[in-house]
Amino acid sequence: MNWKTTATAMGLALLASTGLARADGVLNIYNWGNYTSPDVIKKFEAKYNVKVTITDYDSNDTALAKVRQGGTGFDIAVPSQTYVPIWIKEGLVLETDPGKMENFKNVAPEWANPDFDPGRKYSVPWALGTVGVVVNTDAYKGPADSWGIIFNTPDELKGKVNVVPEMNDVIFAAIKYVGGQQCTDDKAVLKKVRDTLVAAKPNWIAMEYNTIEKMGAGDFKATSDWNGSALRQRLANPAIHYNYPKEGYGLWSDNVVVLKEAKNVDNAKLFQNFIMDPENAAGLSAFHRYANAITGSDKYMPADMKDAPEVVIPAAAKPQGEFQKMCAPEIQDIYTKIWTELQK
Amino acid sequence: MATAEEVAKAAERRDVRDRWLLSAPALLVIFLAATGPLLIVLVYSFLTPGSYGDVKWQFSPEAWIAVFLERDIFDDTLSIAAAHVTIFLRSIKLSVVTTIATLVLGFPTAYFMATRSEKTRDLWLFLITIPFWTNLLIRTFAVLQIIRNEGIINTMLLKLGIISAPIQILYTDTAILIGMAYVYLPLMVLPIYASMEKLDFRLVEAGYDLYATRFQVLRRIIFPMVKPGVIAGSILVFIPALGAYVTPSVLGGGKNMMLSNLIELQFGQGRNWPLGSALSIAVMIIVMVALLAYVRNAGKSGVRHG
Repeated sequence: MNWKTTATAMGLALLASTGLARADGVLNIYNWGNYTSPDVIKKFEAKYNVKVTITDYDSNDTALAKVRQGGTGFDIAVPSQTYVPIWIKEGLVLETDPGKMENFKNVAPEWANPDFDPGRKYSVPWALGTVGVVVNTDAYKGPADSWGIIFNTPDELKGKVNVVPEMNDVIFAAIKYVGGQQCTDDKAVLKKVRDTLVAAKPNWIAMEYNTIEKMGAGDFKATSDWNGSALRQRLANPAIHYNYPKEGYGLWSDNVVVLKEAKNVDNAKLFQNFIMDPENAAGLSAFHRYANAITGSDKYMPADMKDAPEVVIPAAAKPQGEFQKMCAPEIQDIYTKIWTELQK
Repeated sequence: MATAEEVAKAAERRDVRDRWLLSAPALLVIFLAATGPLLIVLVYSFLTPGSYGDVKWQFSPEAWIAVFLERDIFDDTLSIAAAHVTIFLRSIKLSVVTTIATLVLGFPTAYFMATRSEKTRDLWLFLITIPFWTNLLIRTFAVLQIIRNEGIINTMLLKLGIISAPIQILYTDTAILIGMAYVYLPLMVLPIYASMEKLDFRLVEAGYDLYATRFQVLRRIIFPMVKPGVIAGSILVFIPALGAYVTPSVLGGGKNMMLSNLIELQFGQGRNWPLGSALSIAVMIIVMVALLAYVRNAGKSGVRHG
């Protein structure tokens, strides 16, 4: 995939530098894999007569590292909200002022002025989600609305639990489970976090990303996971349920930004505006299976998502949701040490 | 006759210059493709980590200290980096066991191939190379499909009534070992076969004529003659096994880190590129020391055969 990315980037750079491509006819998107609806892209291409290229990445760190090196040829990227402030601070993104775009009126009020991008000067919401606990109710019938499934595994699930190895998510969950605040530097809390994690690990079977397939095949009976992934699992097997941990769970959002080095700024802006349209936002959701922040998109949403418990957070669980933040480098350093100790 | 001498010297000088010029492209490629990137890794290992990945151009020995020593997060005392040692030892152990497993499986295979008739030998050789046509990742997933709980082995044993619950092989060290042995087996078979093919089997017959037992023939005649192949095979298996990434991740479930995962963590979520660089160099040093020791030892005992 790296090869492909490099080759694409080089090809694009070549095209751009030789002026073979008409600048107004191209848009190069750099996004997470398996995340961009081909139908919505086709619609965009037809509407504006623009050729869209999509290149995949697999983590925020990869995307950040690559864009920071420069010369990528990408116009658009989709970092998570924890990373958006870094992209802004490092001067990687262009101030396109989506807050003044035509379709911005569709953005739900609670998403119009987020902490990570006050006034929406740079970013447009792409997808929203939560991190919770997925349980196969054929294997375990007890209450599952707790991180205890992962950190104090009930007997029925011992040796059958997976943990998605997203370091920040796992440590966030463990901090919530022991009753702390995210990004805490309280050594007593962090010590509890480490001890909880180390004690919990023998009950886990794996730490893998590939949950949709493994939950489906029965290799895992429970896992920590993202809600969109959980929805896909339930559609394949109705016994699989998504739970919002009562100790507190993480909220996240991915956001479309335009790169400072973008060659096709106008098209990129058109795209930012385009996806704030309710029908298009629903089209994106139908593919990636996550919620979006666009009011009025409900009526275009696929039937199996309209009131899916994975997408629509139940009223009772709403207060426990908390936006995940990027911790300071010193604290991140402690996380890495705990993580190394956990996986050693 | 001073002039003749001078002419000869000038010719020699020209000769040397031509040789340098001719080898320049090769040297350039070696530098650009091998030494250059390695130098970058080396330099990075002495820099300060950037806030969110990347490096700051400030000298710091911290990364190298962190390879060996760790400051306790909670009481600030310095001690040996136990986590790193555990991970290093696990990787080394797994590589050694993989090497032994492939040797035990590969030696008889190579012997079998070498003792076939000339025509069928080619067929066997061809069969051994077939797995190389497929990507490593796909071969690893094929192994996963065989050993998983609802995979071929468990389903068959369950249907035959031999077991009542699936045997958990996937996500264990056994799974990693099965995968690695399968993936690296051809790398062991091919060099052993190459030296076995040259073996003069009349010597084996002579051994039997002189009342040697089968074991004696193997130990005193066959093994010393194919030793270079065994050494080459072991090296070819050990080195990639030590750096294996895909197989342990897919079959081991990512619960217990290998060296490669530890290094990857530093460049990804850990955001400590200098430590990742220092760890990479440390692994190279270990491989080099292990190789030197191995080749020396192997060279000392026994007679060399070509």
